[in-house]
Amino acid sequence: MPVTDVKQDLDNRTLTIVAEFAAPVERVWALYADPRQLERVWGPPSHPATFVDHALVPGGRTTYYMTGPEGEKYAGIWEIKTVDEPSGFTFEDAFADEDFNALPEMPVSHNAYSFAAHDGGTRATFVTTYASAEALQQVLDMGMIEGATESINQIDAFLAAA
Amino acid sequence: MTGRKQDEDRADALFHALADRTRRDILRRVLAGEHSVSTLAASYDMSFAAVQKHVAVLERAGLITKRRVGREALASGDVEAVRSVRSMLTEIESLWRGRIARIDELLAEPNETGPNATGPNQRRK
Repeated sequence: MPVTDVKQDLDNRTLTIVAEFAAPVERVWALYADPRQLERVWGPPSHPATFVDHALVPGGRTTYYMTGPEGEKYAGIWEIKTVDEPSGFTFEDAFADEDFNALPEMPVSHNAYSFAAHDGGTRATFVTTYASAEALQQVLDMGMIEGATESINQIDAFLAAA
Repeated sequence: MTGRKQDEDRADALFHALADRTRRDILRRVLAGEHSVSTLAASYDMSFAAVQKHVAVLERAGLITKRRVGREALASGDVEAVRSVRSMLTEIESLWRGRIARIDELLAEPNETGPNATGPNQRRK
């Protein structure tokens, strides 16, 4: 099981995922540096990703989109902040329109990925933080409306948390 | 066991509370921060008593809590906010688990750039 730890920090709106891979740090870095490999892992099978521009350099701007089952496209932009090859990089991930203009009304997340040698393989730590209370509030609002109108799962989740 | 009936009653109260547009709007406001009932009432084109009734329905459903400071009734929705955040983070977590499984799979493939590379898919079992 490659995922070894998951932490939700509700106060800081942060999700931390720790995974261990049976490959050296340089190999894991190469996956993230190569858009052709990255797009094979980024989107779920129902929404495969296509990376258009991608270079892991500070100030770099990655553009990508995911394609849904009906051909609908969901675009995103990474603004690469810091790069420390092969130990990690940080970036902001924003939603975009189809011409890769950031959608200012959509939530932005800050991401820090780091890779460290561990037991002959790599321990990867992925930290995702929502940038502002507003961003989170927005996702929250969407969740509440969903909860009012949709899926039975949502009801169960409410009750399980009660 | 009364647990099942209590769950059903609670679900009824929750969905009754959320089935009204004004109540959803009130809930969004108090999730963002504590509001006095009179401040809330000023935001809607209806009587104070009507807004107070909506707040009471939300309170009975456990979606908001009220406390009294002097003559003011202050409503907040923090607890449910945290629960919503949790369910959102859980969704993102499951996306991550899938992604990490795909990374693991890709890393297990023979090195495509090595001297024995035969292309990305030809050597997969």
